[in-house]
Amino acid sequence: MQLPPALRARLVGGPGAAEPLPVVRDPAAGRAPFRFVARKVRFPREHEFFEDGDVQRHLYLQDVLTQVAEEPQRSRVPEFTCQVAGCCQVFDTLEGYEHHYHTRHRHACSFCKRAFPSAHLLDTHILEWHDALFQILSERQDMYQCLVEGCTEKFKTSSARKDHMVRLHLYPADFWFDKPRKSRGCVRLATPGPCVPLSAEALGGGGEQSEGDAMEVCAAEDVAIPWGAPSESRAVAARMEKRTYSRRIPSTICFGQGAARGFKSTKKRDQRL
Amino acid sequence: MWNRRQGRLRPAGCGVEELRRRRREREAALRKARREQQLVSKRLLREDALEETGGGGVATILGEAEIQQFLQLAQRGTEEKEREKALVSLRRGLQHPETQQTFIRLEGSMRTLVGLLTSNQALLQLEAARCLHELSHSEQPAVAEACLPATSYLLTYLSGHSSDFIELCLYTLGNLIVESEAVRRQLLPQGIIPALAACIQSPHMAVLEALGYALSQLLQAREAPEKIIPSVLGSTLPQHMLQLLQPGPKLSPGVAVEFAWCLHYIICSQVNNVLLITHGALSTLELLLLDLAGAVQRTEDAGLELLACPVLRGLSNLLTEAAAEDVGGQMQFGDERVVAALFILLQFFLRKQSSLLPEGLWLLNNLTANSPSFCTSLLSLDLIEPLLQLLPVSNVVGVLLWPGPLLHSLLDILAFSDIEVVDQSLELLQLLFLYRPEVCFLPRLPRPSCSNQGYRPWRSVRQPSSRIVCVLSRR
Repeated sequence: MQLPPALRARLVGGPGAAEPLPVVRDPAAGRAPFRFVARKVRFPREHEFFEDGDVQRHLYLQDVLTQVAEEPQRSRVPEFTCQVAGCCQVFDTLEGYEHHYHTRHRHACSFCKRAFPSAHLLDTHILEWHDALFQILSERQDMYQCLVEGCTEKFKTSSARKDHMVRLHLYPADFWFDKPRKSRGCVRLATPGPCVPLSAEALGGGGEQSEGDAMEVCAAEDVAIPWGAPSESRAVAARMEKRTYSRRIPSTICFGQGAARGFKSTKKRDQRL
Repeated sequence: MWNRRQGRLRPAGCGVEELRRRRREREAALRKARREQQLVSKRLLREDALEETGGGGVATILGEAEIQQFLQLAQRGTEEKEREKALVSLRRGLQHPETQQTFIRLEGSMRTLVGLLTSNQALLQLEAARCLHELSHSEQPAVAEACLPATSYLLTYLSGHSSDFIELCLYTLGNLIVESEAVRRQLLPQGIIPALAACIQSPHMAVLEALGYALSQLLQAREAPEKIIPSVLGSTLPQHMLQLLQPGPKLSPGVAVEFAWCLHYIICSQVNNVLLITHGALSTLELLLLDLAGAVQRTEDAGLELLACPVLRGLSNLLTEAAAEDVGGQMQFGDERVVAALFILLQFFLRKQSSLLPEGLWLLNNLTANSPSFCTSLLSLDLIEPLLQLLPVSNVVGVLLWPGPLLHSLLDILAFSDIEVVDQSLELLQLLFLYRPEVCFLPRLPRPSCSNQGYRPWRSVRQPSSRIVCVLSRR
């Protein structure tokens, strides 16, 4: 297919439309004698006209098509330590340090050292855990904001909020970044039973907390749902809908000083905090 | 040109023939899937280059005991390096479908993995996310659905700052999204659309490409026109998408491809295209078309067809909206450069990707139908002959060209007062009708008689129609 040479020049030229044709139609000409009618064509989503292009797109997604550029290598640098006070992590790549900083220090609460993935969650945490004014105001109006991005609902208590997040937003009842603050004592979570062979330390496996840690005790049945079982998608959805959130406390839990504790975690996994 | 972090998992000793054969097989499978409306493809992000590959990249099958051991070590090991290594070993094992099945059947395994995902140890977190990513890539629906407990965290991390980590979360989400409606039914109330709308403001190209991928999977869902696209249109995503598609030095091809496909899925679902037009979609797509033609001319055209396809589709479908005709704006629609760009692309398709010719001609049809301005452009830029050269390419092309754009523009010529031109074009029309007689036509035409305004003769029509006669008579 040969294109006229002036075409390239036209492409780089300025925008502009063609001059309309300077014609005057002879009134004796009457109506155009054609049955052909020019019309624009529209194709809906699933039309077979799109088959070829869609197949190419999916081949690309499956990485069958040739890629052009290479990924830049991660350059190694001489080992260096994190500069934040109290943290002695060592790194040999800048990306590693960056990720560590964002995970551990960037949105860390200066009161209780707990780390959050975003400024929004950190701000909410400080407000709800460390702000006396918040506590006072929350007695009179709904102050506990839903944590889901885009949802502006507010609630009277943190448990009401959690309820909303579980029912409406299908969030897990033990969502790690929504631990409600307990004012009295420390509650330790007992191993809920034989269902979970890897102990409930899984919950504590994430953030290493210092003093004042309070973990909300969730329904044992929530913890014990074996997600591992293969299931029909409908069964999964049904299970999620039926799951009720309750506050039943296992009998091995004791409150207060001097009582026997069901579970004791003495060793801090990370000494460097 | 394409900045992508894709690991190519090519088994050792794979020759070119073998690769071609596999590609043909994959292509056949994809066609079949599309006809059954089951087109599902996932993207795997594997960084083989960064790790020491011991056994040549073959995934080992892990048994239940081994998985347990790795999980426990990752969770409770004393040495950080030890914990990381355990997760790396687990991840390698999870590349194998059998290990994946064993993993999801093991009670508490996902719970532990999610726990590690929320770890303060950045590297553990990253490795846990990689394990999840492997699982998300599975073709077994049960495996992908087993990842459901992790989705709230994946979404939460989208508002973080580690671009590598966010990218991984996005690809994982994209893979999970496409898996089943059950997954999407959970992700939508969990706020995936607001999360994506916030994340699209990231400056990192890799993150944006991943986001485009995840969004394109969401928009491709069967229930998208009713349940997903309205929310997407109600968010700030369309404006951001169009901004990211603006051509210029900052345009990243990988990012553009993903968002162009997103735009195509939204447009062809016919939910609210008027809104897109008011956001400037027409003008953006037009500018992209010009940019693509420019790239062809500079021969920087590797992978260009991947972007050209959705742009052509988006433009063609948008042009059918009534609102398109009212568009004034900064770019006057009727700009000749669009026609010039399209022909440059048609020539490129003829050379490199002939399957896109029909789509290009579809756009030409929609441009020229009822648009005297574009028809005149075809004539003034001498483009009739190249069009005629395309006629014999294939049946599909022929059908799209004639009557389509060819007839639009030839009819335009008949309004000329230059008698010689009219004569030639009538002769050409007759030949074309002989070629395809099913296009209805009344043979007698009154000759227009009006004064000559002195515009330049249309050489293209005067080109020897004998050449065309030869071509057409061979059929």
